[in-house]
Amino acid sequence: MAFFLPLLVKTIYMAEKKEREYVISTKADSFFLDVYNVWLFIKQFFKELFSPPFEWKEIIRQCYNIGYRSLGLVSLTGFITGLVFTKQSRPSLAEFGATSWLPSLIAIAIIRALAPLVTALIAAGKVGSNIGAELGSMRVTEQIDAMEVSATNPFKFLVVTRIVATTIVVPLLAIYSGCVGMFGSYLNIAANEHISIKAFFQAAFDSISFLDIITSMIKATMFGFTIGVAGCFKGYYTTHGTQGVGRAANSAVVISMFLIFIEEMVIVQIVNSFRVTG
Amino acid sequence: MKNLRTHIDTNEAVIHIRGLEKSFGNNHVLRGVDLDVYRGENVVVLGRSGTGKSVLIKIIVGLLTADNGYVEVLGKNLSKLDIVELRELRLRIGFSFQNSALYDSMTIGENLAFPLKRNKRNLAPKEIENSINEVLEEVGLLQTINQRPSELSGGQRKRIGIARTLILKPDIMLYDEPTAGLDPITSMEINNLINEVQNDFHTSSIIITHDLTCAKITGDRLAVLLDGKFIAEGDFTEVFEHGDERIQSFYDYNFIND
Repeated sequence: MAFFLPLLVKTIYMAEKKEREYVISTKADSFFLDVYNVWLFIKQFFKELFSPPFEWKEIIRQCYNIGYRSLGLVSLTGFITGLVFTKQSRPSLAEFGATSWLPSLIAIAIIRALAPLVTALIAAGKVGSNIGAELGSMRVTEQIDAMEVSATNPFKFLVVTRIVATTIVVPLLAIYSGCVGMFGSYLNIAANEHISIKAFFQAAFDSISFLDIITSMIKATMFGFTIGVAGCFKGYYTTHGTQGVGRAANSAVVISMFLIFIEEMVIVQIVNSFRVTG
Repeated sequence: MKNLRTHIDTNEAVIHIRGLEKSFGNNHVLRGVDLDVYRGENVVVLGRSGTGKSVLIKIIVGLLTADNGYVEVLGKNLSKLDIVELRELRLRIGFSFQNSALYDSMTIGENLAFPLKRNKRNLAPKEIENSINEVLEEVGLLQTINQRPSELSGGQRKRIGIARTLILKPDIMLYDEPTAGLDPITSMEINNLINEVQNDFHTSSIIITHDLTCAKITGDRLAVLLDGKFIAEGDFTEVFEHGDERIQSFYDYNFIND
């Protein structure tokens, strides 16, 4: 792939120079060019990430903006997810007289899948669109060019800091969302059965392994990175004025969500193969 | 019209361009542009919209790359510079954008501090504050230091945009349509500011405009860009006595009420 993609892209560029309409098809050509450009974008991110000077202050500011300001929404969605999931699962388990399994079931669902996934989807909607729109409007109003001509590296200041921030903050939000979700679940269970919070969490965590927690964190980290890259890539290369800003914000969300589901599927497959062999 | 030319050193070209070409797809914007800008000189590049005036200065500052041709800025061949060398060179070039390009999320003070903090990391906060006050005084907007760009008028934003470039004390100033969208009185203030900057900061400048009043007041030399090439060069009178119909019509439209 690493060899094939640049070769294909070079062929497409050459075809453009010779004024051929397309190599495979217009849409396919544009897709491969986009994939290649994202690959270059990520490569530049890692190059800039490890080269000084480091933008610590801006990273902290972005973490605050992305994390703190998403707390309300993440709290609400996490709480409702835990509460509603418990409420919906109860009748099925009650049929088998297995309501005592609720804490384990909810813990597995929330920690393995729901907390990172729901948090990432919320972050993609709130943070991804925000980054896409912010960078997009900076691009079309020449603020990014202004940074460039004032001898500042806009990629490092705007892109690297945001991607690092989303990569750090989304896993933290996922942990928080998981805790709130479990609490929501506890409230629903406690309303129906006599169970102490200690007994609830003991039952819940008995069914959770170290692999579940690590996998969940890896997923959330990858989701955060994806949201950052999609938002920054779309915003940083916005064209076509204010219309382009709207499009950048929109496609940042759509692409992030699409990739989050793909990543979820791939990671689950990989982790399940570990579980089987384990 | 400007008549003091004693500050211009014609032995030293700070910008030296030969055979510059730039295309966007099939649109050949620049087709062999030659230009020299001497130390201390204000050169006005005149031309209709879409003739590649802004492209020219964006190439000079390295925001766009030329397809062909030679561009030397302050003795450095642009095509030979790596990104670090280009950033060092940019510290000596001020670029005033058509829409000012002020950072919306920052106050005016923060906008001005931004290039200083990023490029002169050893400066003490007091020194940064002094520099900000100095340039704000130069543009006459000291009172706006805590305001946001959205709270300022178009003319004030232009001035702040110029102040932000001045804070790094550049050798070259590039102005992209400095008076576009401004009323005649504010335009005049900007024109005077451009001349003050030239005198106080000893800058050499390229001023991109299609406003002939601006050209007359700020330009030591004018160059008219048409069809991707300079078709006339000289002072205001020389250019408009060139006899070319296309230049004359440009003059007629600008001073239609005369």
